[in-house]
Amino acid sequence: MSNYAIETVGLNFNFGNQSIVKDLSLQVPKGSIYGFLGPNGAGKTTTIKILLNLLKSPADQVFVFGKEINSNRIATLKRIGALVEQPAIYGHLSGKENLINRCILLGLKKTKADEMLALVGLTEAADKKAGKYSLGMKQRLGIALALVSDPELLLLDEPTNGLDPNGIIEIRNLMIELATKHHKTILVSSHLLAEIERTATHVGIINKGQLLFQGTIDELHLLSKPMVEIEVDQTEEAAKFLASAGYEITSKNEIKITTPFSSSTESGKINTLLIKNGFTVSSLSKQRKDLENLFLDITKNN
Amino acid sequence: MRSIFISLVSEFYKSRKTLAFWAAILLPVAICSLVSFGFYSGSEKVLKLNAPGMMLWVRYAGATLNVMGMLVMPFYVMFMAFSVNNIEHKNDTWKTLFAQPLNKFSIYTAKYLFSVLLIFICLFLFAALTFAFGHLLQALVPQYTFNQYNPSNFLINSYSKLFLSSLGILSIQFILSLIWGDFLKPIGIGFVGTIMGIVTGMLNWTYAYLIPYSLPSLALQFTQLKKGKDPLNFEIFTREIWTSLAYAAVLFIAGYFIVTRKSIK
Repeated sequence: MSNYAIETVGLNFNFGNQSIVKDLSLQVPKGSIYGFLGPNGAGKTTTIKILLNLLKSPADQVFVFGKEINSNRIATLKRIGALVEQPAIYGHLSGKENLINRCILLGLKKTKADEMLALVGLTEAADKKAGKYSLGMKQRLGIALALVSDPELLLLDEPTNGLDPNGIIEIRNLMIELATKHHKTILVSSHLLAEIERTATHVGIINKGQLLFQGTIDELHLLSKPMVEIEVDQTEEAAKFLASAGYEITSKNEIKITTPFSSSTESGKINTLLIKNGFTVSSLSKQRKDLENLFLDITKNN
Repeated sequence: MRSIFISLVSEFYKSRKTLAFWAAILLPVAICSLVSFGFYSGSEKVLKLNAPGMMLWVRYAGATLNVMGMLVMPFYVMFMAFSVNNIEHKNDTWKTLFAQPLNKFSIYTAKYLFSVLLIFICLFLFAALTFAFGHLLQALVPQYTFNQYNPSNFLINSYSKLFLSSLGILSIQFILSLIWGDFLKPIGIGFVGTIMGIVTGMLNWTYAYLIPYSLPSLALQFTQLKKGKDPLNFEIFTREIWTSLAYAAVLFIAGYFIVTRKSIK
C-alpha cells in the first residue's frame, strides 16, 4: 500500500493548447496537512478538480490512496470531501436543508446535518436561507458539506477566503483537530504563505502549473531564510561598514539595509556595532520573506 | 439503479420549494377550474347544444386539452426544463454534484427523469381534475349529461398522447438549458420553435411531424371533431408520437455527453 493519500506522477493537463498543469508530481502523505501554495492562476483549482475527477486526467497519472482515479472514480470519491472555489450551496434552501440534501445523496442519516451545523457553528442559522448567509457562513457551510460524509481526505480550496480573523482561526483549529485527532489527510490550497505556515505539515508550491518546491514545512523554512531589516541613517556608509565587518548585505536602499538573520544575539551585535560607530539605528527587526520573494528564490534555484 | 433513485429523491428535495415544482400542480388546478367555471356560468349555452354524454365530455375535456396542447404545454415544458437545470447553474453546483460518489449517468438521468415526472404529474392532474370537475359540474347543473358516459379511457388516451408527444420538446429544451445558464436563450429558441410548431401544425404541412414543437398540437388533432367519426377511436402510437420518442431518445443520450463535458469549466 502506498503511504501517500494523493500521488500524481508527471501529471499534465491542457485546456486546448494552453498548458495548465505541467509535469506535476504531488506527494501528499497520509495524515498530513498539505499546504498547496501558489498565486492565483497557478493551477491549484485545476489540480483539485482533477483530484475530484471533474477534469479527466490522463491514465495512470493520478492516484488517490494508491488507486488510479479514472478507473476507481466512485470508490475514490467516497473517501474525499471537498470545497472547491466558492462553496456550492443552494441559495433557496436553508443551511440545514443543504446538508440534508447532501445526506440524501450520500445515503447518510439526516441527523448528521445537525451534527455538522454544530461543528461549524451554524446551529442558530440552520433554518435561514443559505442565500442570505454572509460569505463566512457560506464558507463554513461549505466545509460542513465537505465533512458530512466523514471522509479520510479533505480537499479545501482557499477555505479561509472571505473569513474574518475569528473565522480564520476557527478553520485553522478545525483543520489541525481533524488531522491530529481524526487522522484525516487535508490538502488545503492558498495564495498566502503565512496562512499555510500556521497549519501545514507539508508544503507544495506551484507556479504556472509547475511544482517548484515540495517538502515538509521545516524544509521550507530552510529555504525561506529570515532576514534582519535595519533602518539606519547613512545607509550607504553603514552598508559598507557592515560588509567590511564580515556581514552579508542582501539588499539596501535609502532607508534600510537587509542582511540574513542568524540569531537574536547576532542581531544585537549588529545593532551595538552600528551605534558604537556613530550610526543612528531607528529600527531593527526580523523579517520573513514573503511568498513573492520566496517564489523568486525558488525559481532561481531551479 | 440505487444512485438514480437517490439522485431523484434529491431532485425532489431541492425543487420542492421552487415554482417549477408547484407549477406542475397549480397549472392544472388553475386551467381546469377556469374551464369548469366557464361551463358552469355558461351552462345555458352549452345545454342548447343538446349534446349526448360522450360529446359533452369531448367538448369539455377538449377545451382544456387544446389550450394545453397548443400553448401551455410547450411553455410549461420550456420553463420546467430551464428551472431544473438552472438550479445548478445559478448556485454553481454542477461541480459539487459531479464530485459526489455517484455515477455521472445516474445524476443526469435522475434530472431528466425528474422533468419527465413533473410533466407526468402535471398531465395526470389535468386528467384527474377534468374527470372530477366534470362530475362536480353534473352535480351543480343537473341538466348536464356528464353522467351518461364514462370518459376515463378518453382522458387516459388523450393525455397519454399529449405526454408522449411533449417528450421531444422536453429533450430539446433540456439540452438548451443544460448548455446555457441564462433564461433568454433556451426560452427564446423555444418560443420561436413553438410558434413555428403551431403554424406548421395548423397548416398541416407534410413534414410538420418532424418539428418537435408541432407534435403536441398535431397529436391532439383528433379533438377537432369530424362528423360521422367516432372521436374516441384514435390510436395512441401515431407517427407524431414515434417522432417525439425518437427525438427524446437521441437528445437524451446527446445531453449526457454535453453534461459530462459541462463540468470541465
